[in-house]
Amino acid sequence: MTFLIQQTLIYAVPLMIVALAGVFSERSGIINLALEGIMIFGAFMGVLFVNLAQTAGWFVEAKAAGNWMALQGFELLAMLVAALMGAIFSLLLSFASVNLRADQTIGGTALNLLAPALVLFFIRLIANQNTLQMAKGDAASWFMIKKTTLGFEKNADLGFLGNTLLHKVYLATYVCILIFIVLSIILYKTRFGLRLRSCGENPQAADSLGINVHKMRYAGVSISGALAGMGGFVYSLTTANCTSNGDVAGFGFLALAVMIFGNWRPLNIAGASLLFGLFKCVAAAYSSLDINGDGVKMLAKIGISSHVYRMLPYIITLLVLAFTSKGSRAPKAEGIPYDKGMR
Amino acid sequence: MTFWKKEGTQKILSSLISILFGLFVGAIVVFIVGLCNERISLKGAWEGIRLIFIGILSTGRNASGSLTWGFNSANIGNMLFRATPLIMTGLSVALAFKTGLFNIGAPGQYLMGTLGTLFIALSIPSGSMPGWLIWILAFLGGVLGGMLWGAIPGLVKAFLNINEVLACIMTNWIAANLVTWAFDESNLKNMVEGTKSGYIYKTTYGLVDGTYVDGAGIATTKLGLNKIFPGSQINAGILIAILLAIAVYILISKTTLGYELKACGANRHAARYAGIHDKRNIVLSMALAGGLAAAGASLYFLSGNTEFFWSTYQSLPSTGFNGIPVALLALNNPIGVIFAAIFMAMLDIVGLQLTNLTAYNEYITDVIIAVIVYLSAFSLAIRMLIAGKAKKKALSKSDGPAPAAPAEPAPAVDLAPAADAAANTEKGGDEV
Repeated sequence: MTFLIQQTLIYAVPLMIVALAGVFSERSGIINLALEGIMIFGAFMGVLFVNLAQTAGWFVEAKAAGNWMALQGFELLAMLVAALMGAIFSLLLSFASVNLRADQTIGGTALNLLAPALVLFFIRLIANQNTLQMAKGDAASWFMIKKTTLGFEKNADLGFLGNTLLHKVYLATYVCILIFIVLSIILYKTRFGLRLRSCGENPQAADSLGINVHKMRYAGVSISGALAGMGGFVYSLTTANCTSNGDVAGFGFLALAVMIFGNWRPLNIAGASLLFGLFKCVAAAYSSLDINGDGVKMLAKIGISSHVYRMLPYIITLLVLAFTSKGSRAPKAEGIPYDKGMR
Repeated sequence: MTFWKKEGTQKILSSLISILFGLFVGAIVVFIVGLCNERISLKGAWEGIRLIFIGILSTGRNASGSLTWGFNSANIGNMLFRATPLIMTGLSVALAFKTGLFNIGAPGQYLMGTLGTLFIALSIPSGSMPGWLIWILAFLGGVLGGMLWGAIPGLVKAFLNINEVLACIMTNWIAANLVTWAFDESNLKNMVEGTKSGYIYKTTYGLVDGTYVDGAGIATTKLGLNKIFPGSQINAGILIAILLAIAVYILISKTTLGYELKACGANRHAARYAGIHDKRNIVLSMALAGGLAAAGASLYFLSGNTEFFWSTYQSLPSTGFNGIPVALLALNNPIGVIFAAIFMAMLDIVGLQLTNLTAYNEYITDVIIAVIVYLSAFSLAIRMLIAGKAKKKALSKSDGPAPAAPAEPAPAVDLAPAADAAANTEKGGDEV
C-alpha cells in the first residue's frame, strides 16, 4: 500500500502540475499544445544544470559531508532552472500566437517537434549517446529523502504515514503540491487571476476595462511554460533517475487530457491526475504490486498481458472524455487571436 | 494580375522562404556549436554548413580527407524511397486539414497499416496464390486497418464532440501498444537470421511448409528504377504514391465529395445548413486520412528490404509525425505534398551524411523541420509581407475567409465544443 501511494504520487504530481500549466495558458486564451515539448526542454535543462554543477564541483563537498539540506537546495535550484528555461522556451509560443496571431495548434506542434530535436542534438554532442545522465552518482543517492537522512534509525518504524510520506520520497513532490495549491488560489482569489481568466473568456470586454490582453496572455503562457518545464524536470528526476533522453513518454499530452477531464478547474484536475497516476503506476508495476499487503501479487496472478495495462490509461482517457465531453466548458476565447476590432 | 501578385506564386514563395529560413537556422546552430566545440573547429563547421544545404550531392570523402561532391545515385534513389511513406502521411494530414481536422494520429494509423500489411503478407503461404495478388491483398489490408483506426477519432469528434487532437494522441498510444502486443503473440518474429532480434520478417520471406524462407515472399517491383539509381532501395512505390497524390488532388478539387469535405472544413455549421452531412463527412475524412497514412506504411514495408522493429510501445514512428510538416509546407496541396515530402526525405539523407561524415548528428535536420513548421504557423503573415501590404491591412484581412492557408483550418483549434461554436459563429459572421 505504501508503495502504491508513493508510486501513484510520483506519476500524479508531474501530471497535476503540467495540467495546471495548461490551465494557466488556456484560461488566458492561448491553447498550449506544446506542453509535451516544454516538459522535454525543461527536463533537459534541469538535468544539464545538475550535470554541469556536479562537474564544476559545486555540491560535491556537501554530498561528501552528508549535508542533505544543501542537496535539497541543489534540487530546488535545478527545479528553478528548469522552470526558468521552460518559461523562456514558451516565449516562442506566445510570440507566435500573441504578436503574430499564428495558428496556436500549429505553433504548439512546432514546439513539440523542436524540443526533442534540439535536446537530442545537444545530448548527442555533450554525452556522445542518446541519454544525458548525472555526472556523479544517481538521483536516489543525491536527492532522495530516506529515514536515515532525516536522522532516524535504519530500522525505525515511523508508522504508516511516516513510512509513506517521509521514507524514500523526493522533496520535489511536495514542493509541486504546494505550488499547485498556491497557484490555484492565485487563479481564483486574486485580482491577477480574475484578469487572466477574463482574457480567456471575453478579451474584448477585458480590454474595454483597461486590461492589457496581450500582457495577460504573455503572463499566462509564461507561467504555463515555467510550470511545464518544472514538471518535466520533476518527472525525469522521480521516474527516470534524473536522466534526459528527449522523451517524457507522452506525459504532456496526457496532462492535456487531464486538464480537459478536470474541466479546466484545479480541484478536479488534482482528482483526475491522481486517477491517472494510479493507472500509470499499475501499468508500470502491476507484476510486483501487492495491494493489500498479504504477499499475494493479485494483478500478476490474473494473467492479463502487460500490454493491456499499458494501454489502459489511454483507453480510460478516451472513455472518460466520451462521457464528460458534453458537460465540459472550455474558456470561451481560447484559440482565437485577440483582435481589438472584432465584435 | 502580374506573376508576382498571383496567389499561387505567393504561396510557393512563402514556403520557400520558410525552407530557406529553416536551413539558415540549422546552419547557424551548426556554426555556433562548431565554434564552441574544440572537437569540431571552424573547418568542421564549414563542412557541416555545406552538407546542410547540398548534402544530397555529397559523395563522401576522398583520400586526403576533404568532402567530395557530385551526382550520388544511391543518395537520390534512397531519397525517393524515403519520400514514399512521407508523401502518404503528408497526404493524410493534408486531407484532414481540408476538412478542418488536425490529424495528429498519422503515427497510429501508420502502425495499424504496418500491422495489417505484414500479417497478411507473411501469413499467406507462398505458392497458394500469385505474388502480385498477395501484394495487393496486403496493401489493401493495411489501408483497411488504417481506415478503421482513423475512423475512431472521426467518430468521437463527430458524435461526442471530443477534440480530435486528443483522440488522435490517445489512439496513437493505444495503437503502439496494440501492435506490439499483436506481434509479440505472433510467429512472425525473425528467427532465421540469428544476429537480429526484435525484428519482423521482411516480406521477401515466404511461408513454405511451415517455415519462413528468404526469397519465397513478395516485394514491390522495381520497374527498372534500380537501373537508374544503382545502389539504392528505390522501387515502384514512389510511382504509386505519386499516383495516389494525384487521385487525392482530383478527389478534393474535382468531385462533389471533395467539395463537401472542404465545405465542412471552412464552416461546419454553414455546411450543415446547406444540407451537407457534416458528421458523416468528418468520419469519412478521418477514415480516408487514416487509409492514406496506412498506405504509406504498406508501401514502405512491402518494399522487401525494410524490417519492422516490433517492440514499439514506447515510441511512435516519426514518419507519421513528419506528415504534419510535409502537409504544412505544401500548404495542404496534394501535388505540393509530393515535392514537400521529397524535400523532407532529402533532409533525412542530409542528416545521415552529417552523422557519417562529421561530428554533428542527424537531429539537426529535425531542428530545421521544426523551425519550418513554426514559420508555417504564421505563413499568412509572411505572405502578406511578400505581397508588400501594410501591416495594418494584413491584420484586418487575416480575419476574413483567407483562402487555403495553414492558418485557415481554425476549427482545428477548438479544444471543446463551446469554443468550437464560438469560433465558427464568429467566422460565419465575417464571411457574410
